[in-house]
Amino acid sequence: MTQEVAFRGGVVSRFIEHPALRRFAWGVAGVAILAALWFAAGLWLQANPTTQSFAAFGLIPTLQAFPELFGAGKIQAAAAASGYRLGMGLLIAICIGVPIGILMGRVKWFQEYSNAAFQFLRMVSPLAWMPLAVLVFATWNGSIIFLIAIASVWPVMFSTAAGLAKVDPSWFKVARNLGATPLQMLTRVIMPAIAFDVFSGIRLALGVAWIVLVPAEYLGVTSGLGYAIEDARETLSYNHLTALVLTIGVIGYVLDSIIVILINRYSWQRGHA
Amino acid sequence: MAIRGTNIKIEGLTHRYGSRSTVTFNRVDLESPQGEALAIIGRSGCGKSTLLHIVAGLLKASEGSIKLDGTPIQGPSPKWVMMFQAPHLFPWMTVKQNVGVGLTFGNWDKSTIDSRVDEAIQLVELQDFAQSNVQDLSGGQQQRVALARSLVMEPELLLLDEPFSALDAFTRSSLQHDVRAIAKRLGFNIILVTHDIDEAVIMADRAVIMAGSPGNIVRELDVDLPDPRDRTDPRVQTLRAKLMDDFQQAANYQKPEAVSLVD
Ligand SMILES: Nc1ncnc2c1ncn2[C@@H]1O[C@H](COP(=O)(O)OP(=O)(O)O)[C@@H](O)[C@H]1O
Ligand SMILES: [Mg+2]
Repeated sequence: MTQEVAFRGGVVSRFIEHPALRRFAWGVAGVAILAALWFAAGLWLQANPTTQSFAAFGLIPTLQAFPELFGAGKIQAAAAASGYRLGMGLLIAICIGVPIGILMGRVKWFQEYSNAAFQFLRMVSPLAWMPLAVLVFATWNGSIIFLIAIASVWPVMFSTAAGLAKVDPSWFKVARNLGATPLQMLTRVIMPAIAFDVFSGIRLALGVAWIVLVPAEYLGVTSGLGYAIEDARETLSYNHLTALVLTIGVIGYVLDSIIVILINRYSWQRGHA
Repeated sequence: MAIRGTNIKIEGLTHRYGSRSTVTFNRVDLESPQGEALAIIGRSGCGKSTLLHIVAGLLKASEGSIKLDGTPIQGPSPKWVMMFQAPHLFPWMTVKQNVGVGLTFGNWDKSTIDSRVDEAIQLVELQDFAQSNVQDLSGGQQQRVALARSLVMEPELLLLDEPFSALDAFTRSSLQHDVRAIAKRLGFNIILVTHDIDEAVIMADRAVIMAGSPGNIVRELDVDLPDPRDRTDPRVQTLRAKLMDDFQQAANYQKPEAVSLVD
């Protein structure tokens, strides 16, 4: 009996020794604790007469909502609509932020002239642009994409500039010495040198964009995750509401993990990976 | 791999950093025949690096010309490649990728790049590290990668700007011998800039001394010694003493001229 226990303990501890497995085990444990708390809160809501009508916020009703939402295609449609806005907004932010960031990091006078203006614009809350966006853009889609772009452009721009500041000027001398054209200087030296910082900026941008997206979708539009939450609230489908909140969290986590993989893939500085 | 050297002719070369700066050097004339290893010795600040950057096409001269086999140098080219004091490798690339980077800039086809890179890596004896990240190499190994990166271009002229001064004595000594041996075997020219008289005696066929402000070539000495050269060889010692003597004289000789420049 004691022997068997010792043997099992050995297997478990060896399993836990592997760093990746251990990290995974801790992650599972953390999520499990969160789920348990949620489950307990659900029971408490259910048990209390005054809060009984909110019992659908609990873990079990929420999980039960997923088959309904998937079956009706609601989650897929909402995620697709939100994903499109997020993707377009981020794409615009990258297309504007990376070149301007390179300019800021490489051209001293441009950096000096533009820094104050950009720092100022960066401090304007993305949601403060909302009324303006609604006036300027004919469609709701247009204004939401604009809001996401303007929220995410700053981290991309400043990370790119910071990455360029770390580039060793000798690399340009070496590349020129070996016959690099200006285009090759960009694609073979600058881009790989700053890819890590650009992706780190995109990671920050994604975080902000994901935060801006949902409140932006509370207004006007009739599609997307934000709209679906608002809709669930109005129709008092509380379990749908929590299921959608959970979906937002999961999608955000997955997108973030993908960018972390890219960051690690392009990180060449020792001690970063 | 066989590389032809080139006849170098520098005429009336004058340089200043910006129109308001003082003249770095004034009307420098210098010639070096095909296949020669030429050392330029001088105190730091006398303009050696500037001169070498102009020869590499990385800086423009204010006046004068540099011709290789009669053709003036107008910018960087794979035919004249510079190796710097620090290796300046691209840290996101392997040894092999670093060595081949110049060939990829020239859009060579992959099989040519592969075979030339392998050959260059063998020349600097880094076969075992071909796939390593350059950040995992020692300083000496990194400078060997930089050497291979220059050699793979098959230059007619290799420009060396105090290339081993950051290395420890043993590594420096072995690289000095290796670079000279490779240059002699393949036949390309070397212009070596250094403030190390030993280095000049070990590596060069001829040494010139640059001194003064603005700088100029003030002395010249043939280093007519058999290979491989050994520091303890009495002939090396004699030449070293002679060069040191010339160097001191050049430095002293400059002082009155520097004063006369002021009035
Ligand atoms: N980029 C630069 N701008 C202005 N002056 C410079 C620059 N680089 C070097 N100098 C000056 O030119 C002179 C020669 O420098 P350099 O060629 O580096 O000498 P060396 O290589 O012999 O030590 C020095 O007085 C130095 O201060
Ligand atoms: Mg120098």
